[in-house]
Amino acid sequence: MTTMTREPAIRVQAITKSYKDLHVLRGVDFEVAAGSIFALLGSNGAGKTTLVRILSTLLRANTGTATVHGFDVSSAPGDVRRSISLTGQFAAVDEVLTGWENLVLVAKLRHLKNPGAIADEMLARFSLTDAGSRRAATYSGGMRRRLDIAMSLVGNPPVVFLDEPTTGLDPQARIEVWQTVKRLAKDGTTILLTTQYLDEAEHLADRIAILHKGTIIQSGTLAELKQLLPSAKVEYVQKQPTLEDVFLALVGDDTVPAGEEPR
Amino acid sequence: MTTHVLSDTGTLTGRSLRHILRSPDTIITTAVTPVALMLLFVYVLGGAINTGSDNSYINYMLPGILLITIASGIAYTAYRLFLDMQGGIFERFQSMPIPRPSVLWAHVLTSLVANLASIAIVTGVALIMGFRTGASVADWLAVAGILILFTLALTWIAVIAGLSAKTVDGASAFSYPLIFLPFVSSAFVPTDSMPAPVAWFAENQPVTSIVNTIRALFAQEPVGNDIWIALAWCAGILVAAYAAATAIYRKKIS
Repeated sequence: MTTMTREPAIRVQAITKSYKDLHVLRGVDFEVAAGSIFALLGSNGAGKTTLVRILSTLLRANTGTATVHGFDVSSAPGDVRRSISLTGQFAAVDEVLTGWENLVLVAKLRHLKNPGAIADEMLARFSLTDAGSRRAATYSGGMRRRLDIAMSLVGNPPVVFLDEPTTGLDPQARIEVWQTVKRLAKDGTTILLTTQYLDEAEHLADRIAILHKGTIIQSGTLAELKQLLPSAKVEYVQKQPTLEDVFLALVGDDTVPAGEEPR
Repeated sequence: MTTHVLSDTGTLTGRSLRHILRSPDTIITTAVTPVALMLLFVYVLGGAINTGSDNSYINYMLPGILLITIASGIAYTAYRLFLDMQGGIFERFQSMPIPRPSVLWAHVLTSLVANLASIAIVTGVALIMGFRTGASVADWLAVAGILILFTLALTWIAVIAGLSAKTVDGASAFSYPLIFLPFVSSAFVPTDSMPAPVAWFAENQPVTSIVNTIRALFAQEPVGNDIWIALAWCAGILVAAYAAATAIYRKKIS
């Protein structure tokens, strides 16, 4: 998994993408070191999803080059697809199938041996064992997201793209996703995630790039980014996290309930 | 990658067949309308229709009913494809090392299986209602072959609809004119009973030649030129729809 430590896992150079007069990406450059978490921060319409779609071979850039795990996305899309997994904004699970069947499907499509055993293992890893025989349509939003991410991780792809993985999730489910992401990075997986939540980038990322109007206007570690501004206002900071703290305290902090209630 | 085309298509076909097994109503509802039409035409209207032959009316109209079954069945193909595209699952497949055509072919093969199941149900009901044929195994195989070709041709039209629809309703609306087409053909009444312009249209649209061929095969009569016209129509529609669908698909995924 960490064979190419010296090479960046993702290298993006001067990528542009336009739809007629709409310039979504106007020359994006960045590199992601293998085994690190890289957050692409930006508001809606900044071009985050477009960039992820280009890197995961769903879309072609107009100009520029991008390599993922050493493979060029436009000349070797097949090799890129073998090296990555994509978790898009909308949970990509088959609602008619059970959780277990969803995982088996992906394992079969990745031509792995013992797809059933892999599915069992993934269900256990994501606290979905009890729900494994239920159709995904009956899952709550958090469970669906967990299944979605579990499906992405079948076969241990070395590079994982997470496009707004926590949008629409409640705070608990969000924390679960964060824990998963951290665990993955610890095991050596390279993660590129997009988010519009500042605290998400702050919590997770080794490096953060701010994508604004189709270009990266700033990037660096959190500490580097913080140095760009003079010290901030103090009063504000105390109040803002408390609502989440209160919420979590009230509903209980056992973040990964085994048999989460369906919605 | 090419080595996995068959196994991946098989895996994905298994997936969508499971969808059908979990909601068998799609097969039942596909069969209900043709069965109702069959009841209506045989027991209500049929007595007043003079087909100009001593063949029983149900024998006369079954081929047209089978085509209506297929035309309404493929609406579900477009529907299923549309739902896949709407959800994230389609993008998941596209970002995985799956041969691109496998995703479409899985839907096409599923469509074929589902339609054959509906056709079997409708044919079964027709047998109960008195449909009789002395057709040999070879004749039945020829009928099955033509129906499979027709299903594939219409399925690729359904793929176009499923790929380019903007709404769920839009994905299945395209099938209405196809369901209607057999009514303006030789399926229920002889074309020479129609006014000249309508008769001209009926004579020259694909359904008539297909209906005539299947009817002749069931009645063990010579199929004449009709079978070649029918095959040409099916093959022509199949090739054109396949080309259009794959072009749209390629545009969609690049």
